Amino acid sequence: MVVRVQTEDFDLTTEVAQLRKDSPKVGAVVTFVGTVRDLNEGEHVAEMALEHYPGMTEKSLQDILVQAKSRWDLFDALVIHRVGPLQPLEQIVLVAVTSAHRGEAFQACEFIIDYLKTEAPFWKKEQTPTGARWVDARVTDDEALKKWSLPR
Amino acid sequence: MQIQLKFFASLREVLGTGHESLTVPSDIKTAAQVREFLRARGGVWAEALAEGKALRIACNQEMADPSILITENCELAFFPPVTGG
Repeated sequence: MVVRVQTEDFDLTTEVAQLRKDSPKVGAVVTFVGTVRDLNEGEHVAEMALEHYPGMTEKSLQDILVQAKSRWDLFDALVIHRVGPLQPLEQIVLVAVTSAHRGEAFQACEFIIDYLKTEAPFWKKEQTPTGARWVDARVTDDEALKKWSLPR
Repeated sequence: MQIQLKFFASLREVLGTGHESLTVPSDIKTAAQVREFLRARGGVWAEALAEGKALRIACNQEMADPSILITENCELAFFPPVTGG
């Protein structure tokens, strides 16, 4: 399972091809791509900058993948998260998982992004017409996490 | 005891620093007490680390509760709730 934190963009097709290369047992690949929006909380966003906690970030992402693998029957999983300045339309994050069947893959992918949003040490700062502002954590993200603590 | 402090995002900006090597008095045992100790510096420290401010804590690069015990040369980080993804 691979975790990458990088400033460069990523290519979905290349990453998925790499993830399922030489694995004919894979029957399902589910991916999530998060992208930069030009609007947040009613204000135009011209650019955002992503800060992180080097060292802890990689550890926490790896830990999330290990948790996902212990809960669902996965073959492999990948997280790529970009940092630094990003413009609207750009890709921020990729989560990709492979398994034999879609049910496990869909659930694991959603679990990983839900956990990442509340546990991995990244912070967004937006440039808006009224100045720069740090993005506040969303209550809905905490709520999204709650469903995963229910017994399966 | 000597510990390594780290601050991130809005907290780092307000405090004007991202890291500090701190010698803590022996009666300070937990992350919460370190926060209180720093708050006593007054000014931006009192404001940014005020009790009502939602801050997360990591000890040696793992999410931790305020009650976590600090250890010699541990890396103790304070930061706002995360907003990645």
